[in-house]
Amino acid sequence: MTVLVDAQTRVVVQGITGHQGTVHTRQMQLFGTQVVAGVTPGKAGTEVEGVPVFDSVRDAVAKTHANASCIFVPAPFAKDALIEAVDAGILLSVVVTEHIPFHDMLVMYHYSKSKGGRIIGPNCPGIAAPGLSKVGIIPNVVFRRGRVGVISRSGTLTYEIVNGISEHGIGQSTCIGLGGDPVVGTSFVDALPMFESDPDTDLIVLVGEIGGQSEEDGAEYIRQHVTKPVVAYIAGRASPPGKRMGHAGAIISRGRGTAETKLAALSAAGAQVARFPYEIPDLVAQIVARQNRR
Amino acid sequence: MVKLAEWRGKQLFRKYGVPLPKGHVARTADEAAALTRDGTVPLPCVVKAQVLAGGRGKGGAVKFANTPEEARAAAAAILGLEFKGEKVKELLLEQKLPIARELYLSVTLDRTLRVPILIASAQGGMEIETVDDAAIVRVPVHPFPGLAGYEKRRIAQALGLAGPAARALDPFLVALWELFVREDAELVEINPLAVVGDGLVALDAKVIIEDDASFRHPEYDEIHDDRTPLEEVAREKGIAFVQLDGNIGVIANGAGLTMATLDVLKEFGGNPGVFLDLGGTDDPKKVTEAFLLMARAKPTAVFLNIFGGVTRCDTVAKGLVEAMKEVPERERFPLVARIRGNNEKEGIEILRAAGIVSIPTLRESAQAAIAAAGGKA
Repeated sequence: MTVLVDAQTRVVVQGITGHQGTVHTRQMQLFGTQVVAGVTPGKAGTEVEGVPVFDSVRDAVAKTHANASCIFVPAPFAKDALIEAVDAGILLSVVVTEHIPFHDMLVMYHYSKSKGGRIIGPNCPGIAAPGLSKVGIIPNVVFRRGRVGVISRSGTLTYEIVNGISEHGIGQSTCIGLGGDPVVGTSFVDALPMFESDPDTDLIVLVGEIGGQSEEDGAEYIRQHVTKPVVAYIAGRASPPGKRMGHAGAIISRGRGTAETKLAALSAAGAQVARFPYEIPDLVAQIVARQNRR
Repeated sequence: MVKLAEWRGKQLFRKYGVPLPKGHVARTADEAAALTRDGTVPLPCVVKAQVLAGGRGKGGAVKFANTPEEARAAAAAILGLEFKGEKVKELLLEQKLPIARELYLSVTLDRTLRVPILIASAQGGMEIETVDDAAIVRVPVHPFPGLAGYEKRRIAQALGLAGPAARALDPFLVALWELFVREDAELVEINPLAVVGDGLVALDAKVIIEDDASFRHPEYDEIHDDRTPLEEVAREKGIAFVQLDGNIGVIANGAGLTMATLDVLKEFGGNPGVFLDLGGTDDPKKVTEAFLLMARAKPTAVFLNIFGGVTRCDTVAKGLVEAMKEVPERERFPLVARIRGNNEKEGIEILRAAGIVSIPTLRESAQAAIAAAGGKA
């Protein structure tokens, strides 16, 4: 059992003929992902990295039995791409595209949900389960197979943290990058139960950012339901209110969404709080050492 | 995030049919006098500074006038004021109405519920954050059916409106909702919403439009009242760039990593002055542009913190070295680098050849950057 993806995951890449789509199709293949199809309207019959390209997701699913989508389609067309995937019966979509208007994402989220689908992202690095499969753009080299689950709102910061954990000789079960937008398909509260119930995960690393209250909601979930140890870090303690710090969702607005309230909530929920990213691997290593002694 | 000045917000209100006081924009004291003299703005009137910061009433940026001469004097007093860092260049003159009650109404995004949410209170006129929670009603609206009749009635009831005033609220709410959705707004706020006789009038307008929807709203492209000139250049180049108070420029890739870098600098006594998120790029030219933009902000020192994933370390190093050549000698500043990840060795080698040392740990490199900027703030 794993979280969301495994060796049976069959990926269709929407926007495969674009630069990003092509580059990351190759990287996913190198990770071991079964990339079975690509979609770019008007490019049917061609191939990218040995992957057949179709005009529509429906055609791709009919021919290749794809069951997950990775979306690189530019923002103005991303809503359409997601609806197309859902209508073709694909229930897991990783939306890498950034700068999708949140009004579009509201439609994407509720449409997908109404059909039983799940979105990771948008503006996210995706999901990786080392040794099994990756849907998204997280660099392959940072991972080691292991038993630490990682849930993060960041991109590069996640790579840095996962890399640091790996350098301590500790591996990961699954890593999910939720994305930095105000509306995401999967939040901490949605992802935490998957890791709590995953027999391959022994401890959870949660990486949050300022803005919104998904970390506070996550903390409440942890307090009530999570039995596995949690190590948490929140980026943005030094960021001023009212400024959007790179991610559309990373903004302290009207006094809400500060790092302090998030850290306090997580700490009160029993999570071990790292003040800096480089403290995370040490905290993880201590917990792993304790677990191994048992 | 495009914050609209009150008068621009009210232009949108007019387009969607939200009732407003009679009014007009003025940019000189003479204009203000003329608008009231010829009846374009009926007297008595209110003269309001068109700035984005709140608290105008208390801050002397709103005045009343009974005659054209008073309107001229009020305009002259307010124009040129510096209000919370903004110079007042525009005024909105509006007819003063007999207000029975002041209410609050807004629609924004609820990130947790992932739906738009209408917020209403019978206690208008003050900032909603200061209103007791029990006096606020929040109505989440699902995007698919949109605003339903019972939801509108619930708000009317919460606002204490009945009879003709409740009926007047209905088109008001419809207009607010449609504006929010069709204009890709993040926030539409009417505070105060005034009860005038049996009707309702929007006395103020706060509208924030979402940046990411600019591909379908080119009309908002030239409005950037709340960005610094350098932030504006950065936006055009697709670089996330935020000016802060300090003296150390931070260039990193990824929003989370850039924020974490600020956190570490601050912890060790440094004072970050610019947040520059390169994002993911494999184009050395973009790195050069970002670096030159940073140079224009005149930092005392620059801290470069890159974790190469999609972005390769050697790409960043190449772009950086190119940019250094373009910065004139006397404008150069010390640079402290930390580059890790994809093609790390190649990147470090390129920097070394240009005389820049890469320090591997975040803690030590941050401390070196603070020292390079002249020590603790």
